[in-house]
Amino acid sequence: MPDDQTQLYADTADVQSREEQKKAPLFAGHVKVYPKKVAGVVRRYKWAVLIGLLAIYYLAPWLRWDRGAGVPDQAILIDLPNRRAYFFFIEIWPQEVYYLTVILIVAALGLFLATSLFGRIWCGFTCPQTVWTDLFMWVERLIEGDRNARMRLDKARMTTGKAARKVSKHAVWLIIAFATGGAWVLYFQNAPTFVVDFFTGQAGVGSYFFVGLFTATTYLLAGWAREQVCTYMCPWPRFQAALLDEDSLVVTYQSWRGEPRGKHKRGTSWDDRGDCIDCKACVSVCPTGIDIRDGIQLECIGCGLCIDACNDIMDKVGRPRELITFDSERNQALAAEGKPKRMRIVRPRTIAYVVVLALLIGAMAIGLSSRSTLELTLAHDRSPLFVTLSDGDIRNGYEVRILNKTHEEGVYTLALDGIEGATMSIAGQAADDVVEATLTAQPDSIASYRVFVTVPAADLTSDRVLLNFILTDVSTGATVLGEEAFRGPEP
Amino acid sequence: MPTKVEKDALTGTETTGHEWDGIKELNNPLPRWWLYIFYATIIFSVIWMLLYPSVPWLNGYFGGLLGYQQREVIEDQIGNARQAQAQFLDAIAESDLTALSEDPDLFQFALTGGEAAYNNNCAPCHGLGGAGQANYPVLADDVWLWGGSMEDIHHTLDVGVRWEENQDTRFSLMPAYGTLGIFDRDQIRDVANYVLTLSGQAAPDPEAAERGAALYAEQCALCHMDDGSGDRLQGSPALNDQLWLYGGELEEIMAQISAPRHGVMPAWGGRLDPATLNMLTLYVHSLGGGE
Repeated sequence: MPDDQTQLYADTADVQSREEQKKAPLFAGHVKVYPKKVAGVVRRYKWAVLIGLLAIYYLAPWLRWDRGAGVPDQAILIDLPNRRAYFFFIEIWPQEVYYLTVILIVAALGLFLATSLFGRIWCGFTCPQTVWTDLFMWVERLIEGDRNARMRLDKARMTTGKAARKVSKHAVWLIIAFATGGAWVLYFQNAPTFVVDFFTGQAGVGSYFFVGLFTATTYLLAGWAREQVCTYMCPWPRFQAALLDEDSLVVTYQSWRGEPRGKHKRGTSWDDRGDCIDCKACVSVCPTGIDIRDGIQLECIGCGLCIDACNDIMDKVGRPRELITFDSERNQALAAEGKPKRMRIVRPRTIAYVVVLALLIGAMAIGLSSRSTLELTLAHDRSPLFVTLSDGDIRNGYEVRILNKTHEEGVYTLALDGIEGATMSIAGQAADDVVEATLTAQPDSIASYRVFVTVPAADLTSDRVLLNFILTDVSTGATVLGEEAFRGPEP
Repeated sequence: MPTKVEKDALTGTETTGHEWDGIKELNNPLPRWWLYIFYATIIFSVIWMLLYPSVPWLNGYFGGLLGYQQREVIEDQIGNARQAQAQFLDAIAESDLTALSEDPDLFQFALTGGEAAYNNNCAPCHGLGGAGQANYPVLADDVWLWGGSMEDIHHTLDVGVRWEENQDTRFSLMPAYGTLGIFDRDQIRDVANYVLTLSGQAAPDPEAAERGAALYAEQCALCHMDDGSGDRLQGSPALNDQLWLYGGELEEIMAQISAPRHGVMPAWGGRLDPATLNMLTLYVHSLGGGE
């Protein structure tokens, strides 16, 4: 075949028609990933983050925070039976659950900001799936050895030795999973007493169920599902493309430097070839089993372990480090043209995120710091709307509820305003027809009173007049107002 | 069934022979996990059918090996609820009404139980919350025909009003002054005019009221008292207040003098157990008029 003819075929050698492509199977079976051990700067960061996050998760329920008598002293506690949530100095009642919504929105926006700046650092470093998978892989390596040993072990016949390794690996996994599931429940219980109750069989059925559930999910997700959670189950990789732009830092193979890749023999020239020696170290350490040299892809969680692996190789062959690096698409394009790199952190996208974040956090801080500790709710009797008394006066019944969110017993005065001559009687109190009544509310609770308000018929101008209830805290002087209708016969 | 098996050219998979608008359905095998769950549900359903009521016979049904009955379950639950309430109900049935209202837990239980009993038994006539309605007394105001203390309310509930099946029932009867011919029509008008003045209202015909005063003293004051304050012992209503059970217009008062209407309330003692009677008493007493 003439040379130009060969050239002709070479250019089109891997071209596939639509039909040929279609014949590829639609279903691909799962290929188990055996990530290799790796050391380096990124790995050290990952260990530090992992230890920090796990410490927070396992230890936070044990922190104490004194709130006074009769109130839980656990720093972080969601007290479902009593409908309270505590977070250090913050205490939330059910009607204030919108703070939780704001926290979730802030978390989401924080994630967006971090992603647009640094790519998928959430996925690679802090996501629970990544943290626990990393922990489980560490256990696996300790018991079954590194990549090659594990692959051999899986292929080998079942022997006592293999069985012992497998059993002990799963046992350790289950212990970690149990500790994880157990710690989750501690956020909903008083940790020190609950642990005793749990192991003596005194805890509720629900507690055992949830510990079992979270033990199972941890074991399955971190032990078995691993990267499949990220690739198939998690929605985040699907829409992160919309959050990244050409200035976001992503794990990048510097193809302008690495290509053309190929095997390199020690002592031979580096001219006319790239730095990539095609050793596949980057592939072997990848926890999702991909080749970063294929470019940015959905499966890449941005953990950067391939950077460590490649740096190690580059040191050995005596080429500059960072063939794989954290860098932006824009910089890669500049570098390929030999122009200087330029980091753009301040961009319209990041400014927008920061502004919205600041607004939300500010609003929540103001809301929390000015949170009222005293509330008044009024409910007019549905039946009878009003009662005519023997002397012709009109009486209305109300349910008056005082929400005392402080941790001391509250003493209050209740007064009326808006209708001349209005007096009240409190059910259970001796004094009748007073203009000011003294009410109390237990710490951290709602006090409910039945209040009958009487107005002389002559003072009633309409069948519906607005009546103000003024509740004043005797000790602080704080006042809350409530408004309800006073009903009477049509004049 | 298609007569010959057709294979899809692209995938090599058999088709089912179904075709819609040129699109053929491949006969791919079901995913294994799906199939196993399907088998598991079949096994589950067979076990279920053996254990629980399932197959209808011509005259009855197969009741299952466990002997499970929803009716028994609900009876058990009702029994358990009754048992849980028993400690309160027993205490309420035995306890003195005043002592009851001083025990916060019992009092709260009694109010809630009393409200339920009231809404079932009393509200059709006396209205929700004791609002009353035309010709049926309001229980939330401060006017009582037979007394508004807890003891009085309890007794009224127990024996009823003009309830002839109960020998001790509260009973009073005002003579029908018109029908029986004791007063003529003018005299009735005179007395009605006078009765209006008892509550401080202006009589439509002051001269008639003056004439009526003598008749009132002679015929009415015995029960309704000279000043019209009534007498709870006899169940005779006060005439000197602003509340009129059968209407406060002149004609309405005349009608009541001429041919009085008398309300009837059943005796609830014996129909309701003692605990419920006590709870009802406390609830009615709490509506706003209790004395």
